[in-house]
Amino acid sequence: MDDASKMGPAASARAVLPIRRLGPSGYAVCLAGIVARELLRFVHQKERFLSALVRPLVWLFIFAAGFRSVLGVSILPPYETYILYEVYITPGLAVMIQLFNGMQSSLSMVYDREVGSMRVLLTSPFPRWFLLLAKLVGGVAVSLIQVYVFLAVARLWEVEIPAAGLFLAFPAFLLAGFMLGAIGLFLSSLVRQLENFASVMNFVIFPMFFASSALYPLWRIREASEPLYIICLANPFTHAVEMVRHALYGSFEPISTLVALATTLAFFVLAVLAYDPGHGTMARRGGPKGEAR
Amino acid sequence: MAAAPALEAREVSHRFGARQALADVSLTVPQGRFVALLGPNGAGKTTFFSIVTRLYASRSGSVRIFGHDLARAASLALAELGVVFQSRTLDLDLSLGQNLSYHAALHGLAGPEVHAHIAALIGRAGLAERIDEKVRSLSGGQARRVEIARALVHRPRLLLLDEPTVGLDRASRADIVATVRRLVAEEGLSVLWATHLFDEVEPEDEVYVLHRGRVVAHGNALTVIAAAGESRSLEEAYRMLTAEPEAEAA
Repeated sequence: MDDASKMGPAASARAVLPIRRLGPSGYAVCLAGIVARELLRFVHQKERFLSALVRPLVWLFIFAAGFRSVLGVSILPPYETYILYEVYITPGLAVMIQLFNGMQSSLSMVYDREVGSMRVLLTSPFPRWFLLLAKLVGGVAVSLIQVYVFLAVARLWEVEIPAAGLFLAFPAFLLAGFMLGAIGLFLSSLVRQLENFASVMNFVIFPMFFASSALYPLWRIREASEPLYIICLANPFTHAVEMVRHALYGSFEPISTLVALATTLAFFVLAVLAYDPGHGTMARRGGPKGEAR
Repeated sequence: MAAAPALEAREVSHRFGARQALADVSLTVPQGRFVALLGPNGAGKTTFFSIVTRLYASRSGSVRIFGHDLARAASLALAELGVVFQSRTLDLDLSLGQNLSYHAALHGLAGPEVHAHIAALIGRAGLAERIDEKVRSLSGGQARRVEIARALVHRPRLLLLDEPTVGLDRASRADIVATVRRLVAEEGLSVLWATHLFDEVEPEDEVYVLHRGRVVAHGNALTVIAAAGESRSLEEAYRMLTAEPEAEAA
């Protein structure tokens, strides 16, 4: 049990000048390290991957099959012919994966903050916006893996998406992932405890998903209710879905893309401000137990 | 600049809402010294650490690390700083090596030299053969040693430890204290050690006693004993200085 004796001076951890690698190569190393950690954690959490995959597949196999006859979808862009309901909801389900993933990685930030590994991240000498961006990139990378596995499984279920579309949609998925991740990042700065996060899921994920064009075309919603139609139009999730839907069929939807870009920027800036040491929510609410109240 | 202290906090104050967590805390860690920050739970130690590690900025006052102002040159200041947090901050599902590599990456470090350094640090922690095992399989004391090794990956000159021995058995505690003291003696590391356990403090150590967000005594153990008036030991002095009115627990 004499572990202390093993910690002799032989190994060199001399407290000489610290190594500083804060140039461009340092940034690249830091980004790669943070993304690699997200991927490693993803690989280790098999049940997370499974549930991320099962959720949209349940919608596709069961919900869509049941509603196939109830909900007729007429010809609407980008589709050139009548399509099955399964085909219609697939892009929305793919983006739903990213929605869950974006919120889940922010959930992990809330958890991180509680157990402290967020604190470790924030002691990095790199600028805080860069650390948050790197965290975002890691989350998006994980969501892209999930999305493409889902699309591969959907293909077996007669949801044929042109191969070119899978390539063309990559940037759209990338942007959608950033947008939803940035929203999650901002929310994570507001939430202090995990319990509160469950309500964020209820108040954010479900409304965003249902009040969008993911499950039904907007003209159908308009027939039902004009205010609801306007809400759906204002929902950035609608635009992420439409951007992806068009990209999958080789067309480009400029308005949706712009909305997604603007939303991403806005929420990322808000998140950086929220995590800013001087003005952010952490200084006011991030106090340790027993000292903060 | 050579004489700049490892850590110099001047009149640091912070409040959470109406609660004053820190009030005018001034504290200096000279280069190559072991300094203890002694205070009961809730005294403000963790808030102080949060400010020094730039989790958030203080409402007023300044913090300098080797002369680098934390507000103006955060990057240079943080590069000098190694931290062991009170809560466990290792990724349980990643291996020891992966945890330390991740930390190296956070400082922009990678490559064969860095990996050799990481292997050496884990070897020094007595866990060389377990470098590829998940952290989950380690005991509390072992995990703490890995956290100290991790804090040294980027060769900082100042090490901050927030209650590093909490929850450890007696042997592991002694081991951690000895390890850190050896880093100071043999490698010239500067250390700020926060604790509520007076027996981790040696008579010749410089001590700051923190209570309800204020420094209530400062000096070596003997000075602190004198400051408390009638006390005869550090233990007694500490108890007297941090006594709470009966009804109000921290």
